[in-house]
Amino acid sequence: MITVEFLGPIGIAPMAMAVATFDELSEQLMKSEEIAFWLPVCAVAINDTLIHDRSTPLCDGDRVSLLPPVCGG
Amino acid sequence: MLRIVEGPLHSESIYTYWYARYSSHNYGAYITFTGIVRAEKGVDALSFDIHEPMLRAWFDAWQSRAATEGAIVLMAHSNGDVPIHECSYIAAVLSQNRKVALKMIDEFVEDFKANAPIWKYDVKENKRIYAMDRSTPIEGAGILSTGRANE
Repeated sequence: MITVEFLGPIGIAPMAMAVATFDELSEQLMKSEEIAFWLPVCAVAINDTLIHDRSTPLCDGDRVSLLPPVCGG
Repeated sequence: MLRIVEGPLHSESIYTYWYARYSSHNYGAYITFTGIVRAEKGVDALSFDIHEPMLRAWFDAWQSRAATEGAIVLMAHSNGDVPIHECSYIAAVLSQNRKVALKMIDEFVEDFKANAPIWKYDVKENKRIYAMDRSTPIEGAGILSTGRANE
């Protein structure tokens, strides 16, 4: 199982998911219209490290974070 | 040094503390950038959410980059609400000479705006409204929205 957390303004509680790949994760998340809205603009981190390679495996216990567009300052 | 403060920053005390701490370290240039909340569009305040672990990782990477040019970077940022005309952000670079610091403060602040994991909201009538139209997707955004990797 992994945990998916939705940072900043997304406002959705963390979810536990039984997925092992980005493809599986994407398919699961796309089932929610509310989450699907955010996916095109969200970066993704695993255990607080940004991921740029969609083939990165997801391991049991991983914490996946969705980061929407930012604006500090 | 990265400081996260609840509410507005007390800019004078932060400048003074950084100056006192580093003025004897033989840096010849101390350049600061200060962000002040403007009164516009009827906002009462801005509000911020910070994902601290990734902000610290982003900042540490910048500190390593600055070290390669004999410089250091400093930053303070507010979490939560900051009323108009108060300070929400201070960035600084110290270096041996001005050219390095002047160039780096621009790069540091621009990368901060594009990639630091901080979210901004307008506060109007006690409601927080995400400033999506002023926000920037982090590099690599959309990785979960595309089709299967082998398609």
